[in-house]
Amino acid sequence: MHIPDGYLGPTTCGFFYAVMLPVWAIASRIVKKTLKAKQVPMLAIGAAFSFVIMMFNVPIPGGSTGHATGAVLVAILLGPWAACIAVTVALVIQALLFGDGGITAIGANCFNMAFVEVFAGYYIYKLISLKSAPGSKRRVIAAGIAAYIGINIAALFTGIEFGLQPLLHHNAAGQALYCPYGLNVAVPAMAGEHILIFGWVEAIVTALVVKFLQRQEGGLI
Amino acid sequence: MKTSTKLWIGIMLLIILSPLGLLLPEHFKAGAAWGEWGMDEIRSLVGYIPSGLAKLSELWKAPLPGYTFQGWEEKGLAHTSFTYIISAIVGIALTAAVVWFMGRKLTKKED
Repeated sequence: MHIPDGYLGPTTCGFFYAVMLPVWAIASRIVKKTLKAKQVPMLAIGAAFSFVIMMFNVPIPGGSTGHATGAVLVAILLGPWAACIAVTVALVIQALLFGDGGITAIGANCFNMAFVEVFAGYYIYKLISLKSAPGSKRRVIAAGIAAYIGINIAALFTGIEFGLQPLLHHNAAGQALYCPYGLNVAVPAMAGEHILIFGWVEAIVTALVVKFLQRQEGGLI
Repeated sequence: MKTSTKLWIGIMLLIILSPLGLLLPEHFKAGAAWGEWGMDEIRSLVGYIPSGLAKLSELWKAPLPGYTFQGWEEKGLAHTSFTYIISAIVGIALTAAVVWFMGRKLTKKED
């Protein structure tokens, strides 16, 4: 889901930077108010987990690969605004140091994985877990479902961003300038592979870690 | 043992296992992620390289492209697995450090 440089045109890249700048500003203001000093180590671990889990490329035999993001997990543990910052840092370092995701696409990639996925996952988790007690099975299941839906919404947005490019940018001969696949190809491809495979990876990973943390510390989650 | 210590041990285990993210796709003959193709792949997929894509893809030279050392891609899976682990260590240490410093700065009042 890491869009590389060159797949999105300048309009799209600029648009998502413009969207994300205020989001990052609000995130740092809210985190300043709400995050407790003792939660900082957990936030660093969350960011580290997000980074490493994204390195586990899961193959579709003979096809493409994909991975979980850990974004919903961090949101469940520390809230969506703190998660937005943690996943943003992981994505920026992946882009700058490892060329995983383009630097022109940092705005878009952060919008998809550090904003849309984080917030969708967080509120779905809140909705499903309702007033269930910390340590309850309901919270584990809620985490899994939230992770599944969260990554799928992010994949849908990614597909739409790819798919809009041939409409926005093409030359007189009809050749695309950036991503060559339109919505009719990009959206089913991105959504389909996450619905069928990578969404389940995200769901299982998220639920397992929540379950582990419940056993470790009763009141945590 | 503190929960955070256990979690860091878990992260270390994941780092050691991370080459699976390289070896499994190789084993099952899976290509790039959708929309993350290299220039050769895109030419064979659509018959041409979109001009803007060709230009922008050259924009940034990452020091450890694709979690490996420049020029090590051809040295075989043992080498790339090694560089994958080194990349994971570097990336995770940096990510955790940046988030930790930001978190410390943002929560300073409470100290």
